Amino acid sequence: MRLARLRSFRHGVHPDGHKTTADVPTRRMPFVERYVLPLGQHIGAPAKPVVSVGQHVARGEMIAAPGAFVSTALHAPVAGRIAAIAERRDPTGRLANAIEIEADPFSTQAMPTPRAVDADALTDDEFVALVQHGGLVGLGGAAFPSHVKYAPTEGKPVEWLVLNGAECEPFLTADHRLMLERPQDVVRGATILAKRLSAGGIKIGVELNKGDAVQALRDAAAEALAAGEAPIPIEVVGLQVKYPQGAEKMLIKAIFEREVPAGKLPLDIGIVVNNVGTIAALADLVDRGWPLIERIVTVAGPGIGEPSNLIVPIGTPVSAVIRHCHVRGETRELIMGGPMMGQPLASSDVPVVKGTSGLLAFTEAELTKRHEYTCVRCGRCLDACANMLNPARLARLARARRYDELEASFVTDCMECGACSYTCPSGLPIVQLIRAAKAAVRTRKKDKN
Amino acid sequence: MNLGNVAIAAGIMGGLGLLFGVVLAVASRFLHVEEDPRIDIVEELLPGSNCGACGEAGCRALAEKVALGDAAPSKCTVAAAAAIEAIADALGVDAGAQEKRVARLHCAGGRAQATQIAEYEGYEGCRAAALVGGGGKGCSWGCLGLADCEVACTFDAIVMNDNGLPVVLVDKCTACGDCVDACPRDLFEILPLSHSLIVQCKVPLASEAATALCSVACDACGRCAQDAAPGLIVMKDNLPVVDYAAGGPAAPEATFRCPTGAIRWVEGAQFPGRGQARGGERAAQDATTTESADG
Repeated sequence: MRLARLRSFRHGVHPDGHKTTADVPTRRMPFVERYVLPLGQHIGAPAKPVVSVGQHVARGEMIAAPGAFVSTALHAPVAGRIAAIAERRDPTGRLANAIEIEADPFSTQAMPTPRAVDADALTDDEFVALVQHGGLVGLGGAAFPSHVKYAPTEGKPVEWLVLNGAECEPFLTADHRLMLERPQDVVRGATILAKRLSAGGIKIGVELNKGDAVQALRDAAAEALAAGEAPIPIEVVGLQVKYPQGAEKMLIKAIFEREVPAGKLPLDIGIVVNNVGTIAALADLVDRGWPLIERIVTVAGPGIGEPSNLIVPIGTPVSAVIRHCHVRGETRELIMGGPMMGQPLASSDVPVVKGTSGLLAFTEAELTKRHEYTCVRCGRCLDACANMLNPARLARLARARRYDELEASFVTDCMECGACSYTCPSGLPIVQLIRAAKAAVRTRKKDKN
Repeated sequence: MNLGNVAIAAGIMGGLGLLFGVVLAVASRFLHVEEDPRIDIVEELLPGSNCGACGEAGCRALAEKVALGDAAPSKCTVAAAAAIEAIADALGVDAGAQEKRVARLHCAGGRAQATQIAEYEGYEGCRAAALVGGGGKGCSWGCLGLADCEVACTFDAIVMNDNGLPVVLVDKCTACGDCVDACPRDLFEILPLSHSLIVQCKVPLASEAATALCSVACDACGRCAQDAAPGLIVMKDNLPVVDYAAGGPAAPEATFRCPTGAIRWVEGAQFPGRGQARGGERAAQDATTTESADG
């Protein structure tokens, strides 16, 4: 007798989970005095402010409109006064244009009265505009404007809608808690979107270290089916625990055993992938008329006294969030996002943005710098690379700044997951070298054009 | 019998060799391309570094142009004066005059001047640091100080000084532009050596917002534009832009009232080299601070 093989993609690594906050129910972050919303916190063109300094705004009111098609709107996370529209430090460490809001100290901060939209009655263009003006972006971390994925593309029908609940980064449990606490919204959002895209079926990929979430989603799906609200079949697929399964191409490989060709999008093989958090936000937008003004953030790591999952208004300063979770004095490094792909912060005086899935604090003990030895040609990085690249070779070319050969070796296919650096016994900064080289290749291309 | 096989094989191979030899001999005769012998002479005299500073694809490409008289020998900024003279002599042409150009850095915010907000401990390289939280400095536009340009420079003309700033050695710099490409913050510009007015800042902010980031940041006060000859300096995006073609003459007086030292009159290297005292720089700064205090 043979046991069924667990579904997964090829290669990858198995970092320790550290999911300490998996059993901690989500709490709400109290309101603070000031909120900063960088205009360019999503991929694409920055949003354009539609408010002026001194103006009063209600909670959920639009304060910046989309700047282009690949761009999205921003909304006031609190009722208050626009204090400034000026350069503020964003999570990448750069000073960039942002709207600063001073929260109204006497407001009850109630959400606007729920106002459902009949999504089925909207035309495609109206639906896309609704999502764009609702400020929806991919909440998995990339913050790619969601409406771009929802806009129908001629000649590319959608066969499957896939929800990404893999959450393969260590420490992070934001999606896990969301699937556990709001499975109905996940199912509801998926139904809305699948109908809109005329998808044939819905699959939700969840790693099996979240068994309770798998069960909760299955129950919610069955309930919706029984109530006649889910005309499209929903399957919850349990996946082997492996990093980087949350990358959309890896997730598709794991669920369908199908490959998305290099340089192509999942849509090219008839699949649209959405993060579970994004889909729940879509349900909020359609059923209640609430734009994206808050999100779940995992606050954890050895430097945090009280690891938690918090519902944080977008724009809350990182310093306030970690203080609320009793940050320890020994904290030496802060990472926004997961430990593998997250952004190290140069300052805690930056805001939580739409793409912030976690805030991790580390102390001196975890930061021991690895000594760099020479490459011993062991090939572990090749076995780790889910994109089937040769990371050791790319790193060597990157060090020699041989950009033409890097391009010829498909350096642009690298998604910078860091599995190669993680697995390297010689402590080589492989992904760091590749990232720098990719940036150089990009500027060279721009200069040529 | 074995010997017979060897003889047949040797015969066939020898025959083929002879046949191909004849074909090649005939081809070299009838398909011969006349090439200007002067190209080889010029190429021999050029440095052979293929740096691209002349704007051609390499030394051979420049040699072709020089031999045909399409370019002056002095277009090569790398070759020694004697070599240029030798090329001119060999071809019987004028060496031509080429203005000496050097790479200048639009930043003076070294470790001692720029506000430090964090410690960067990652992979040592400007491009890598720029991607991770923007390095440790508070300024998003200034020099990261991790020596990508020093590594990129083929001529050893860039040395990082004790203050973490790249010093361009005027004598060695050939204006090839490798540092311009290497810098992720786009801080280098190739300028004629005679252009002494240099704006050493790229911060597009004004007043305290700028000076909070760095003690030598331009705070966009505009005094240099007022004090310079009309049209020479124009304020654009909170920074002075010097255009030698638009106005003049340039004089050091334009920099005298600069409250931070963001615009400077530079002759020779911009910054003190490694191990050199930073006295001059300090004194200049102290002078400007007392001056602004008086005013």
